[in-house]
Amino acid sequence: MKLLRQFGFILGLTLFGELIKKVFKLPLPGSVIGMIVLFLLLYLKVVKVENLKEISSFLLDHLSFFFVPAGVGLMAYMGILRDNWFEIGIISLITTVIVLLITGYSIQLLRKRWNK
Amino acid sequence: MIELLQTPLFGIVISILAYEIGLFIYKKTKFPLFNPLLIAIILIIGFLLIFRIDLQTYNFGGEFISLFLSPATVILAVPLYNKLEILKKSYKEILIGITIGSTVSVISVLTLSKLFKVEKSILLSLVPKSITTPVGVELSKQLGGIPSITVAAIVITGILGAVLAPVLCKIFKIEDKLAIGIAIGTSSHAAGTTKAMEMGETEGAMSGLAIGVSALVTVLIAPIIVRILL
Repeated sequence: MKLLRQFGFILGLTLFGELIKKVFKLPLPGSVIGMIVLFLLLYLKVVKVENLKEISSFLLDHLSFFFVPAGVGLMAYMGILRDNWFEIGIISLITTVIVLLITGYSIQLLRKRWNK
Repeated sequence: MIELLQTPLFGIVISILAYEIGLFIYKKTKFPLFNPLLIAIILIIGFLLIFRIDLQTYNFGGEFISLFLSPATVILAVPLYNKLEILKKSYKEILIGITIGSTVSVISVLTLSKLFKVEKSILLSLVPKSITTPVGVELSKQLGGIPSITVAAIVITGILGAVLAPVLCKIFKIEDKLAIGIAIGTSSHAAGTTKAMEMGETEGAMSGLAIGVSALVTVLIAPIIVRILL
């Protein structure tokens, strides 16, 4: 029951996040709001991190797998992508590389400067 | 035979099988571009095309798996909480880094789209490509983009991030774990975070944090940058 109870709690938080989003019309997805709420619960020691051990290792260990259907879903866009696949592909590739490197370098540099 | 395909079991079993094959190939070769997620996606799409099974049939099961994406995002608070000390110490660097990254993302998309002479509606659809899908779709609509192209670009970006991040960080000597995590989350949202999580708990925690913060920053700055540059 441990895993199921923990999973129920996390699903409840996800639902709560969706509710908050709807009520306050926030520009963030319910799951991200749920993440913030869970973080606060942990921070305020309302929830103990030990009590989420099983569910967090289950979900985090399989994180990559959960994205399989989203990737397969690209099939549905083959029609739309057909005329522009090259541009969309190359722009996605170049910008992803640029953003990753610039973000990484900025933080690495700032941390080296400020932590001295 | 056909009825069996109509149950969720088909999509779930083929997904697990394809992912296991991907894991096997990755572990045997250790070649970073052979990402298990990427291999699984290619195998399944190939299988569906060869046997003329439509996506809808696969999705009876696929939807079950996708259902785990939201709670998996919520649980990212746990590794983040475990790294509370780093967060307290470096929140300024983190916020500045994510803001720079999100700004660069929007500007680089606009610049490259103009360079490749991409239609305006497609250009606008690509603006939210680095952020998490639900927010990206809303932003795309707001800007006047086509949501389905946005979803495709977001998924492509996420897979690219997951596949390329370790190689890029190695080649370009980004060695600070916090910097790696934030860079992955900012450039390639939750799909990239899967790789960050495999690289280490600090990387994963920071990447998870960057999903939410970069989405928020992008929603705020993208409309302004688009207005200035277009």
